[in-house]
Amino acid sequence: MITLLTAWTFGVTLAFVALGVFVSYRLFSFPDITTDGSFTLGAVTTTVLLVSGYDPVVATLGGTCAGAAAGACTGLLHAILGIPPLLSGILVTTALSSVNLVVLGRSNVPLSGTPTLLDRAEGVFLPITAAARFGDAAPEAARLLSMLAAVAVAVLVLWVFFRTNLGTAMRAGGDTATMARALGRNTGLLTVAGLGIANALTALSGALVAQVQGFADVQMGIGMVVWGMASVFLGAALVGQVRLGGALVATVAGSVTFRLLVASALRAGLPTDWLKAATAVVVLAALVAPRLLTRRPQASAAR
Amino acid sequence: MLDVRHAVVAFSAPGGPLVRAVDDVSVTIPTGTFVVVVGTNGSGKSTLLGSIAGTVRLDSGSIHVAGRDLTGWSENRRARYVGRVFQDPRAGTASSLTVLENIAVAACRGRPAGLGWATGRQLRDEAAERLARIQPGLETRLDQPIGSMSGGQRQIVALVMATWHRPDLLLLDEHTAALDPASADRVVQATARLVRDQKLTALMVTHSLEQAAGLGDRLLLVHRGRIVLDAEGVAKRRLSAEDIAGRFDRLRRADQLDDQAARTLRDLYV
Repeated sequence: MITLLTAWTFGVTLAFVALGVFVSYRLFSFPDITTDGSFTLGAVTTTVLLVSGYDPVVATLGGTCAGAAAGACTGLLHAILGIPPLLSGILVTTALSSVNLVVLGRSNVPLSGTPTLLDRAEGVFLPITAAARFGDAAPEAARLLSMLAAVAVAVLVLWVFFRTNLGTAMRAGGDTATMARALGRNTGLLTVAGLGIANALTALSGALVAQVQGFADVQMGIGMVVWGMASVFLGAALVGQVRLGGALVATVAGSVTFRLLVASALRAGLPTDWLKAATAVVVLAALVAPRLLTRRPQASAAR
Repeated sequence: MLDVRHAVVAFSAPGGPLVRAVDDVSVTIPTGTFVVVVGTNGSGKSTLLGSIAGTVRLDSGSIHVAGRDLTGWSENRRARYVGRVFQDPRAGTASSLTVLENIAVAACRGRPAGLGWATGRQLRDEAAERLARIQPGLETRLDQPIGSMSGGQRQIVALVMATWHRPDLLLLDEHTAALDPASADRVVQATARLVRDQKLTALMVTHSLEQAAGLGDRLLLVHRGRIVLDAEGVAKRRLSAEDIAGRFDRLRRADQLDDQAARTLRDLYV
């Protein structure tokens, strides 16, 4: 029970990556490799701040902001210097692998004995789970509940933000840049801001994962962008064409479902080493399936 | 008012000679004038429009709109004074956003997009009213993704968007060229009506000689980067589609003569 709850908590914290990829890939059509680097950046920054004795809230916020800065860098490379999206992400992620190592000091750092945000959240939610008769597993259940609440808040905040004038302009710019520019929006700046938001979410996920698992590792971000895409695609496949709010919820659902699939695959005997390859195959299938299923050539949207 | 002074845009094809797509064009369009621009293929009319919109950089010359020098301004900064409708409805509207959300972005043209709620009650009511006035039925589709609408309907919405706040200059870049004849007709009527009602200064590039003859207060015929015919008032009203077609033919024949002359000169002297 306790292991299962911890596994679920881990899965739910990864939903932030899915939300980040939703913002960069779905709203901005930007395949953002920075995700891999900013996930680790969030984890290592938060870990180092925690180990240095900062408050867990401050440490987690610090990690999140570092991720936002990394995303903004990728956005600037693309929007100001005109470097293609993939290459911008690769450049920033490559640089980040050094930054992460320097920040962390060595390849991994444990958080043993340091109070984390999860410990604090546990304190808040424990009365609820204890009352709900989780028994021995009450602390772990409280952690899971706190992460669920955090994801719910994030979904709500994103939904509200992307329905404000600024958020709507960002979606418009990500969808059709010519339209947004003709209506006075600086699409370059909007992309920078969008990638900042996306990578802030990813880094927040990294920060939380480090605190859930109790250590940060410079390798922990590898393959995160594909994980996020798998979640986004899976969510879209689960609910079909929906509006913004539905798509956000679907992304979280996709992330949880994907985590479930991975757990089942591991239990069925998939060697852990093959996990990333399996994730890539799932994303490939999600990309190819719609084309195979619909058969007809891409219908033109206009007319 | 639009004031273009000695505008020059030069292109060079790789390895080719430098071509002046816009060759020292000067034109002044008084406030409230609806100008139709026609021209042969590659005449530079789209480049001229682009240089006014800010998508094409001028090599020399200047662009003034409503007394402001916009020459060095970026495309998005010019949007404060200039409204635009594109040829492709997919370029001028964001497919995945609803009709109302598209209009919400237009309602922020020329002002900072803050954190206010984009699609409030007031905007919804006004959007419904404006759409109903121009094409009854569209107001019931405010919450549909605009990508699910026909090209003609999208262009109507795009027109409403471009004129949501009265622009000092409205640029229409062959905005009916991608539509079927019936839709094109509806969009043309909507355009004429919006321009008349709001007393807009408008510049419309078109391929259709019927539109060129039937619309607007003034006609510019562009050829090889220059304005070769500028008709307004009575002269404009008297121009029929056939007259304009005749002008085109004469220009083409003159081009052939030019080429022939060039060949002859080359043969003689080179």
